Amino acid sequence: MARESVSKTFLVATLVCIICSVLVSSAAVGLRSQQEFNKERDKRKNILQAAGIYDPEREIKEQFQQIESRIVDLSTGEYVDESTVDPATFDQRQAARTEGLSIPIKDDADLAGIGRREKYAFVYLVQNGSQLEQVILPIYGKGLWSTLYGFLAIKNDLDTVNGITFYEHAETPGLGGEVDNPRWKAQWEGKKLFGPEEQPRIQVIKGTVDPDEPESKYQIDGLSGATITSRGVSQLVRYWIGEDAFGPFLEKLRERRDG
Amino acid sequence: MADPKPKDVLLAPIFDNNPIALQVLGICSALAVTTRLDKSITMALAVIFVAVFANAAVSLIRRHIPSNIRIIVQMTIIASLVIVVDQFLRAFAYGLSKEMSVFVGLIITNCIIMGRAEAFAMKYPVGLSMLDGLGNAIGYSAILLLVGFLRELFGSGSVLGFQVLSPVSEGGWYVPNGLMLLSPSAFFIIGLAIWALRTWKPEQQEQAA
Repeated sequence: MARESVSKTFLVATLVCIICSVLVSSAAVGLRSQQEFNKERDKRKNILQAAGIYDPEREIKEQFQQIESRIVDLSTGEYVDESTVDPATFDQRQAARTEGLSIPIKDDADLAGIGRREKYAFVYLVQNGSQLEQVILPIYGKGLWSTLYGFLAIKNDLDTVNGITFYEHAETPGLGGEVDNPRWKAQWEGKKLFGPEEQPRIQVIKGTVDPDEPESKYQIDGLSGATITSRGVSQLVRYWIGEDAFGPFLEKLRERRDG
Repeated sequence: MADPKPKDVLLAPIFDNNPIALQVLGICSALAVTTRLDKSITMALAVIFVAVFANAAVSLIRRHIPSNIRIIVQMTIIASLVIVVDQFLRAFAYGLSKEMSVFVGLIITNCIIMGRAEAFAMKYPVGLSMLDGLGNAIGYSAILLLVGFLRELFGSGSVLGFQVLSPVSEGGWYVPNGLMLLSPSAFFIIGLAIWALRTWKPEQQEQAA
């Protein structure tokens, strides 16, 4: 077969594609379990980091024992027991896309731009004896290119942010990707989530926060060059602490605390 | 056409014909992944792997690749190898792979690798092509490691994560140079390296026309 003939061109193209696809898919399939393990580990690390109790010297698995994972029914805010949803097998991300395990969000309530939300969600509690110290909520929503997944840790007054992390996103490195920047994340600590009427008031603003403004305790500096990512983060945090998502749960925690 | 000597093929790209310093190729990734030495090392190893095996594969089928689809065949091979590297990093160096994010994937568009496949592997046998890939990747790595070392040392006062210069923030004396953590500093370092190299080897200087 002549090298430059049409049939040879097709043959070479087909063979190259088949061999390369076998190579790529076997690498992807063969390494998947290790990758899943890493992802899970990274997620736990992010929970610990959001809570500000991560110690790089110690094994993550061991540190994670101080955290209690529970599953909450988002619409009622009550914990569900293991017979309804088994935490060992519950895949929250899968559930958000599954018919019976998720509900559509009304357009005007869908601040995070996610369309549907799961009925049940994990919450992570840090307890000191019987005293609740922190609660860590999984949060996610649309930025510019991607869905950002992260955690928000709230102090026991259920109003003050203790930390925030994003463990998965595909925003532009150097611009929106700066949501990973420790210096930016550090600003969140101590900010207030809710206004006087328990309305979500936290906001990532455009530009720099003026500390003399009374509003500054609800405000975070915007990421420069990343207006849409900044707005996305703002909206998704407001959505998840709002009444459509973890609002009822946070309300229950407040009642329980106040007796 | 006589084949070049294996020794020249391997060693020439390191100082005499360095892909970054003389040909000024592959600069994008050299800026992005050199804020720390460990990232530079990972990138260097990834590029070495891809360059060697891409050259080997292209050279192996060089007599069969029809010339009008040769670029796309090279791209397919390079892209597959890069995905394999990326998958390995995600499995065994998850933290690093997350920090390097898109830049591992961008090895696909690194002109050094495409350039060697097109300019060398399409003409020469497998063994020699692998050596050429290795040589060029080492040439690239040498600059990457130099830049990574200097940026981490002056930007964070550490080498491979170990504090060498104790920074002021921890009661030391060294004020970290923040510019070193930003991309432009890589340009300065590469520029200085090119200057040094061309002073040492004046034959690399370009003559004004």
